[in-house]
Amino acid sequence: MSNKVLMKGNEAIGEAAITAGCRHFFGYPITPQSELPAYLSKHMPKVGGVFLQAESEVAAINMVYGAAAAGARVLTSSSSPGISLKQEGISYLASSELPAVICNVMRAGPGLGTIQPAQADYFQAVKGGGHGDYHNIVLAPESVQEIIDHVRLGFDLSDKYLNPAMILLDGALGQMMEPVDFGDYKPELQEKPWAATGCKGRKMNAITSIHIDPRDMEAHNIKLQEKYSKIRESEQKCEEWMLEDAEIMVVAYGLCARICKSAIRVCREKGIKVGLFRLISLWPFPEKKLDKAIDKVKEVFVVELSAGQMIEDVKLVDNGRKPITFHGRMGGMTPSVEDISDRIELIHDRITQKVG
Amino acid sequence: MKVVYERPESLLDVPFTYCPGCTHGIIHRMVADTLDDLGIRERTIGVSPVGCSVFAYEFFNCDMVAAAHGRAPAVATGIKRVHPDKIVFTYQGDGDLAAIGTAEIIHAAARGENITVIFANNVIYGMTGGQMAPTTLIGQKTDTTPYGRSVEANGHPIRVCELLSSLDGVAYLERVSTHDPKHVLKAQKAIKKAFQYQVDGKGFTLIELLSTCPSNWGMNPLDSLKWLEESMLPYYKPGVYKDIG
Repeated sequence: MSNKVLMKGNEAIGEAAITAGCRHFFGYPITPQSELPAYLSKHMPKVGGVFLQAESEVAAINMVYGAAAAGARVLTSSSSPGISLKQEGISYLASSELPAVICNVMRAGPGLGTIQPAQADYFQAVKGGGHGDYHNIVLAPESVQEIIDHVRLGFDLSDKYLNPAMILLDGALGQMMEPVDFGDYKPELQEKPWAATGCKGRKMNAITSIHIDPRDMEAHNIKLQEKYSKIRESEQKCEEWMLEDAEIMVVAYGLCARICKSAIRVCREKGIKVGLFRLISLWPFPEKKLDKAIDKVKEVFVVELSAGQMIEDVKLVDNGRKPITFHGRMGGMTPSVEDISDRIELIHDRITQKVG
Repeated sequence: MKVVYERPESLLDVPFTYCPGCTHGIIHRMVADTLDDLGIRERTIGVSPVGCSVFAYEFFNCDMVAAAHGRAPAVATGIKRVHPDKIVFTYQGDGDLAAIGTAEIIHAAARGENITVIFANNVIYGMTGGQMAPTTLIGQKTDTTPYGRSVEANGHPIRVCELLSSLDGVAYLERVSTHDPKHVLKAQKAIKKAFQYQVDGKGFTLIELLSTCPSNWGMNPLDSLKWLEESMLPYYKPGVYKDIG
C-alpha cells in the first residue's frame, strides 16, 4: 500500500529530519524557507524535540555547534544571505569535525537580492564557503521525494565522516508541493564517544578547532584532507539519464535538471540524441562518471541558475576534450523548457552542420 | 603529613599559561573548587571563548567545548538543550562577551537559559595585545586608544550586570572583584551560588569578575591590583544586580 502524502519541499525537510532521528533545530526566519521552521515548531514538541528560534543566523549555527558537540543529530536551515552569515560557524564545525545538516533554500543574490529561486551559491557551498581548507558534503535534490532521501543521507554521511553536510536546493523546490512517501525508515544512530556529555567514568573530552602550533595545525589539515579524499572516493552521486546513445550531454542539478529533462524529452521527440548528466552530490563532484560520460558525447551543455559556477568543475573534468556551451539565468529568473530545447536544437544543428 | 591545600580535581595537573599576575588563574581555581564542592564535575560541560582563556579547555578537568569569538552563550544553549540535566557554563572575557558577543549574551539571558556565565572583565583585549575593549574606562590608554579612550570617539564603557538586570530570564547577577583576599572569598561564594542556582534549575546566572591584565596594562602585578581597586571599582561597582532567591 502506498503511503503518499502531499507536501511542500520545505515541510518535507522537517519531517525527513524527524524521521532521521533529529530532535534539535536552531534557525532564524528568512524567506523562502519559512515553512520549515513553522513545521518543526509544530512537530518537534510532539516527538520530545527542541525547536529554537535564535536571535540571528550566527547564533543559530553556534547553537548547532553546541548541540553537535553534545552528540545530537542537529539541523539548521536558511537561505542565501543567512547562509553567508553561518559560514564562520560552518568552518568551525568542519575543523572540529562535528556532524550537522545545513539546508540552504537558495534565493537570488548578491546582497539582499530577491526571494526567487537561484543556484548562485554553488561556489560557496562546494568550495568551502568559510575560511580555511575544508569542504561540506553537498547534496542537491531535484524533487520533494529526493529532499527526504537527501536529508536522511545527509545525516548519515555527516555522522559517518564527522563533517557538516549541506542540502542545497532552491526556493522553487522548497515551495513546490509533490506527493511523497516517507516509507518505513529507521535511522541508524551511531555512538559518539567523543561528544561533550559530561565525563563520568572517562577522561574529559575537549572539542576545539584551535591548534596553535603550526605543526599541529598542518597535521590537522592533512588529516582533514585525507578524510576528504575518502569522501571523494566513496560518495560521488549522479544520475545518467538518456545518455546511452547521446551526442549532446546536458549537465545540470536540482530544479534546473528537472527543466532540462522536460526539454530533453521535447528534443528526443524530434530525433535529437541528447541526455542529461544530473549531479546529485555537488561535493564530492561526481567526476569519475562525468569523465567517462564526456568521452561518449560530442558536446556538453551546462545549464544553471547562475552566471556559470558549476561549469568550472565540468571544465576541469572535460579538460578541453569536448566543446562546452552554457546557458544560465540569474536574479531569480528561471529558463523555460523551450529556452533549453531551442538551445539544444541549435547545438544539434551546429554539430550536424546544418548551420555555420 | 597533613594536606592543607591541594589542586582541585576539576583542574588538570598542568601549569597555567597565563601571564604572571593575571587573575585568570584565581578565577579558574574558584570555578574548579565549586565543581568539586558541588560534586558536579562529571556532569559539567564548559564552554571556552576566544581571548586569553581560549585554552581554558586545557585546564578544566571536565568536558569542554571551544566556541567561536563571542558565541559561547549560543554554543552553551545548544549543549544545554541537548543535555538539560547537565551543568553548562561559559567562561568569557569582556571583549568576547560585551562586544562581538553582545547579541548572544543578551538573548541567552532573555531566554533564561539555565546556564552559568563566568565573565572576567579586565577592561582590555588581552590575547590580541591590549586593544580597547567595550569596557575600557574613559581616559584609559590602550593599543588602540593611545591618547586615552574618549567619549567623543568611542562612547561609554558598557556595564554588563546593569545592562542584563532588566531581563526577566535572569536569575542571578553579581559583580565581584579579585583584587584582594576579602573580595576573592566573596567571589568564590558568588560563583558557588550561581552554579547552585543552575543545579536547582532557576535560570540564567552570570558572575562578573573584575580582573587584571598586568601585561597589557603595562604594570606589575601589585600595581595592577591597586589600579583595579582605585580605577575600576568606582565605575564597576561590586554588588548583587539581580537575585530571584
